[in-house]
Amino acid sequence: MSSAKERRARRKLWGGISYHSVGIIIVIVFFAPFAIALLSSFRHGTEASLPPLPPWPTTGFSLDAYRSLDGFGAGVVQHTLNSLFVSVATVILTVMVSLLAGYGFSRYQFPFKNVFFILIIATLMIPFQSILTPLFIMLAKLGLNNSLIGLTLVYVTLQLPFSVFMMRNAFDAVPKEIEEAARIDGARDLKLLFRVLLPLVLPGVATVAIFAFLNAWNEFLAALILLSSSDKFTLPVLMIAVRTGRLGAVNWGAVQAGIAVMTIPCVIVFLLLQRYYMRGLMAGAVK
Amino acid sequence: MAGPGAIGAVRRRTRRRRAGWHGFLYIAPAMALVIVFFVVPVLFTGWMSLHNWPLLGNSRWIGFSNYTRMLSDIRFMAALRFTAYYTVIVTIAIFAVAFPLALYVEKQRPFVGFYRTIIFLPVVVGLATASLLWVWLSNVDSGFFSPAAQALGLVDKKPNLLADFDMAFATIVVMVVWKIAGFTMIILLTGLQAIPSELTEAARIDGARRWQRFRFLTLPLMRRTIALALIISVTGSVLAFDQFYIMTSGGPQNRMISVVYYIFNQSFVSFNLGYGAALSIVLLVILVLISIVQLWLLRVGEDRP
Repeated sequence: MSSAKERRARRKLWGGISYHSVGIIIVIVFFAPFAIALLSSFRHGTEASLPPLPPWPTTGFSLDAYRSLDGFGAGVVQHTLNSLFVSVATVILTVMVSLLAGYGFSRYQFPFKNVFFILIIATLMIPFQSILTPLFIMLAKLGLNNSLIGLTLVYVTLQLPFSVFMMRNAFDAVPKEIEEAARIDGARDLKLLFRVLLPLVLPGVATVAIFAFLNAWNEFLAALILLSSSDKFTLPVLMIAVRTGRLGAVNWGAVQAGIAVMTIPCVIVFLLLQRYYMRGLMAGAVK
Repeated sequence: MAGPGAIGAVRRRTRRRRAGWHGFLYIAPAMALVIVFFVVPVLFTGWMSLHNWPLLGNSRWIGFSNYTRMLSDIRFMAALRFTAYYTVIVTIAIFAVAFPLALYVEKQRPFVGFYRTIIFLPVVVGLATASLLWVWLSNVDSGFFSPAAQALGLVDKKPNLLADFDMAFATIVVMVVWKIAGFTMIILLTGLQAIPSELTEAARIDGARRWQRFRFLTLPLMRRTIALALIISVTGSVLAFDQFYIMTSGGPQNRMISVVYYIFNQSFVSFNLGYGAALSIVLLVILVLISIVQLWLLRVGEDRP
């Protein structure tokens, strides 16, 4: 009797060991590229073009890679600020516009409501890659070519189908009774939206915000096309200049530093708001 | 005082007030953005595609010449073929990795949340960032893979991973799988977890082996989820650009020009904006067709739960 129990316990132990051995291998495969790049970025400038074997700094910790990255374009601080401006502005505008639209679609009746909703969602079917040429010409006509604001407006539009859909569902999930009570107390329209309903749909807002941030921070093709002067470049566009190199020689240290600068904000935002990110993903997967 | 009659009156008043265009004001900013930055550009693309449209100077109406031109455009046909090839290979590769991973992280165990997070991490960084990271790792002299393989004695001479088509293609596929598998894994995981555990339990009691349970129970029940993951993977691959532009600049002998890359070259390198617009319309039609297939696939999935 006890030996059977022992055998079962031993099998469970071995099962656990083999399960987590596979787990460790998976973790190494998926995490190693980040770790190698980050560690290598702290190597001495003379090691920049050597292979990362080993990846950690062997001749002392150094910020040479970041210094040489700073030598490209208008400096790494300027380009990081460009990227931050575009991402934060995209988040703020997306949240405001989709909050209002979600409220309107959820709580009001007006002519052609369903047509408008389908029109917004239907833009998901059309790849933005196919409308970049007219966007380029139209933004020039509006005086928004080579402008971070123009790029932001494009990003906000691209976020809208998902965000409006998320916010409408968030408002739909709030019981009507809460609203009726507040209405009787005299709160209506915008006051009702911001005082009473906003706290109740905050999880939806967090989901919309994290997707807007990551997509704007990471987007490459539209930024490559719509930004033309190098002081306006966002980080991914700047990195093209770094990756192309000077006089045929690529400064790989600067590349490693650039990867670290672009990766770290994404990872921090994701780890802090993981719950809301996954919620958005699930909503997309179920619908 | 505030009897049922009063509440009824409030209800009636709010309903009447809401029936007008008042509510439209809330969606007006969203509609304005979608119309100005999406609907108009789509119509404009169609209009441009019927013109010879240089960057500077006047555009000229040429009817459908741009469309007939692409039929004899060997490089566009090559781009279509390459994109189709890439889409098939990369989608198979992503599923081959993501499905086992989804099964691996399905059950609640110690550290499973940690594994999921780490596998998902590459998804949240940009494709451009990932391409940049991997173009360095794959570099023959300063990268990681070739020098590491040599140091371990696996190869005599450091192989240049990005120099010939097959190796460069394989490197890009591995990079994309590393970047995307976590996403597909999570989608598949939602499908797996939606399967009632009583069903699997009943099948186990009936003596169904692990493979049988997977083949005859799990797979059929996940049809909808698999269709969704498949469509997302196909759509993303058809629109691939960053990895080819950053990692191989179009590849050895320009053999890695995807459709989006070709449109980019025509519109913003050669400045044939009209021809680029016509190519964009073709891309748009392809994607809309994929969306229609998606709606159809998902509906079929719904009929048989």
